[in-house]
Amino acid sequence: MASTTTRADKIDRLAELTAQQEAHGGASLWREAFRRLRASKMAVIGAVIIAVFVVLAVIGPWIAPYGPTEQAWRGEVFPNQGRFVGPRGENWFGLDHLGRDEFSRMLVGARQTLLVGVVSMLIGLVVGALVGALSGAAATLGGASGKRLDSFVMRVTDMLLALPSLLLAVSIAAVMGQSLTTVMIAVGVVQVPVFARLLRGSMLAQGGSDYVLAARALGVRRRRIVLTQILPNSLSPVIVQATLSLATAIIEAAALSYLGLGNPDPAVPEWGVMLSQAQRFFDNAPMMSVYPAVGIIITALGFTLLGEAMREALDPKLRG
Amino acid sequence: MSLLELDGVKVHFPVRKGVLFDRTVGHVYAVDGVSLKVEAGRTYGLVGESGCGKTTLGRAVLRLVDITEGEVVLDGTNLAKLSGEEMRRVRRRLQMVFQDPLGSLNPRQNIESILAEGMAAHGIGADSEERRAKIKEVLARVGLPANALSRYPHEFSGGQRQRIGIARALVLEPDVIICDEPVSALDVSIQAQVINLLEELQESLGLTYLVIAHDLAVVRHISDVIGVMYLGSLVEEAPSDTLYAEPRHPYTRALMSAVPVPDPDVEDNRERILLQGDLPSPANPPTGCRFHTRCPWKQETRCATERPELRDIGGGHRVACHYAAEIADGTIGPRQSATAPRAAGEQRPVDAAVPAEAGVGAAAGAGPGAEEAVGKE
Ligand SMILES: Nc1ncnc2c1ncn2[C@@H]1O[C@H](COP(=O)(O)OP(=O)(O)OP(=O)(O)O)[C@@H](O)[C@H]1O
Ligand code: SF4
Ligand SMILES: [Mg+2]
Repeated sequence: MASTTTRADKIDRLAELTAQQEAHGGASLWREAFRRLRASKMAVIGAVIIAVFVVLAVIGPWIAPYGPTEQAWRGEVFPNQGRFVGPRGENWFGLDHLGRDEFSRMLVGARQTLLVGVVSMLIGLVVGALVGALSGAAATLGGASGKRLDSFVMRVTDMLLALPSLLLAVSIAAVMGQSLTTVMIAVGVVQVPVFARLLRGSMLAQGGSDYVLAARALGVRRRRIVLTQILPNSLSPVIVQATLSLATAIIEAAALSYLGLGNPDPAVPEWGVMLSQAQRFFDNAPMMSVYPAVGIIITALGFTLLGEAMREALDPKLRG
Repeated sequence: MSLLELDGVKVHFPVRKGVLFDRTVGHVYAVDGVSLKVEAGRTYGLVGESGCGKTTLGRAVLRLVDITEGEVVLDGTNLAKLSGEEMRRVRRRLQMVFQDPLGSLNPRQNIESILAEGMAAHGIGADSEERRAKIKEVLARVGLPANALSRYPHEFSGGQRQRIGIARALVLEPDVIICDEPVSALDVSIQAQVINLLEELQESLGLTYLVIAHDLAVVRHISDVIGVMYLGSLVEEAPSDTLYAEPRHPYTRALMSAVPVPDPDVEDNRERILLQGDLPSPANPPTGCRFHTRCPWKQETRCATERPELRDIGGGHRVACHYAAEIADGTIGPRQSATAPRAAGEQRPVDAAVPAEAGVGAAAGAGPGAEEAVGKE
């Protein structure tokens, strides 16, 4: 349970940040945060990694030397006898177990991996933000019944947060059956309570602020207060969390594929699925596992570095 | 009839605890039975130590916090009974100026949009042109340049921000403005300007003020009547001059004794009353007279058992002390240790009143805006 408290605490801390920073002047603070970001090695490294990854994901299919599904060298690979082809002039990363060019598959797979990450994250973001916004609006301006609704919603998200995320994802995926969609939904659902708690916490912090009180004192209607005062000021931690969630989503999607819950051999390669298939041949062709694994790790690292750096840049306690 | 009347207003915040289901385990008695009247066109000053419930009382008047019990009557209407929508509409007549000028302005809205917000909510002005004209007029009134319209709160100084806060209230043409420590977050040099502005506006617009402060010096200057609060209720109330000339409640005397006098001879010899102990928690207030745990005049009878009512002693002077008369004529003296000569004055006097040279701004050290005010020096 110890790790779940820190997870929830971390979310809450991030939610608090907006309340503190907005009080000191929004626009100039973002500028200040951006300046700190550029000065941070972590952020720059993260941003460079992400930039390279995104560029590869976009242009990958065009610069790939061969088709990712062409089994052009079928006759040279004999998985049953443990005979594989490693890197060579023609195929920089060697061949996979079906005689396909590993380098081309990695390039094309980048796009799919990014897509899985982004879609999963967006599922979590959209659903989570809706739940969080509803809960936050109910809690700040919904009176006694609103508070009850909010505390019910939050109990449920707390319960979901307390479950190990992979276990939750595996359970969902197991129910839905093998496919890439399954993976994306399962990974997305896991992110829902994170975004819900975060946005709700952030809205609550804003809801207690003086300018919201001032708007109420002015006689501004509740709905308008939520939409024009509370929500716009509650979004910055959500942006930070979205960046961090991309890393988690990519890793969790890979983990699900690795566990065999993804589409076993899709037309378009995906790093998680590639890793999953490569494990069978690990003894004879370890590099087949290493390429997608390293790809996943570095990409996730990029998003984590940038996300953490953003969190730090926004955190007044760490501001020097 | 007075424009604004409070009758037995109580605000009790429930203290909740519980893992799965919240249980109410007690209450914070933030405001515990306050009755007062504010006359039209006049200023009522409310003073008291930090945490005594001044802000909560101000918010209760606007129903920004739930009123547990009692009535708030504006012009014959009991606000406590209004529906949410009715209350929302009443807010046009009843406005508020906040302690933290920056915190009370949305950082993402420019000044025009901040000032137009309330007008739109109450349907003032046919279109944005008409609203803008009104906003410009009010900006000029509070001494802000017209080019402020398109700028954002963080681009202004503390004093200017408070003027924006005042303008935001004024565009609605309210009858009553509640000013919650309107200057305590500002530089000492700016405080007088803002106070003067409030006075000018009162004169030209006939406004009625309820001004909250933790410092007598701020309130004295502008108030017609002053109420002194301690732990959620009024302990004394009198016309401003009377209160200064004849403070009757031991707590008021302690507050007063902490304000230095310019004349050095008087200053050296004047009575200084040091209060023992800390402010008790409003979640667990003392029995009987709320002040008995710190009162230098406390008597063995009644003080700890019977809660003194706010009694009129003539001339609009009301005091909540069983022994006010005896203390005034000297039949009852303070405990010796309680009054001290100036030299022995290391012990801090009442938190609420800080020597004038330190300034009210410094006394607001705990307030969110204080840091900002210091930064501007
Ligand atoms: N929403 C709330 N829930 C619970 N307790 C509260 C709430 N708001 C205020 N209190 C408590 O009520 C008491 C009175 O607070 P209030 O802010 O009204 O005091 P104040 O006189 O304005 O003090 P200050 O000079 O610090 O502004 C305090 O003990 C405070 O902790
Ligand atoms: S009633 Fe007693 S304790 Fe209270 S102020 Fe008067 S003398 Fe002091
Ligand atoms: Mg206050």
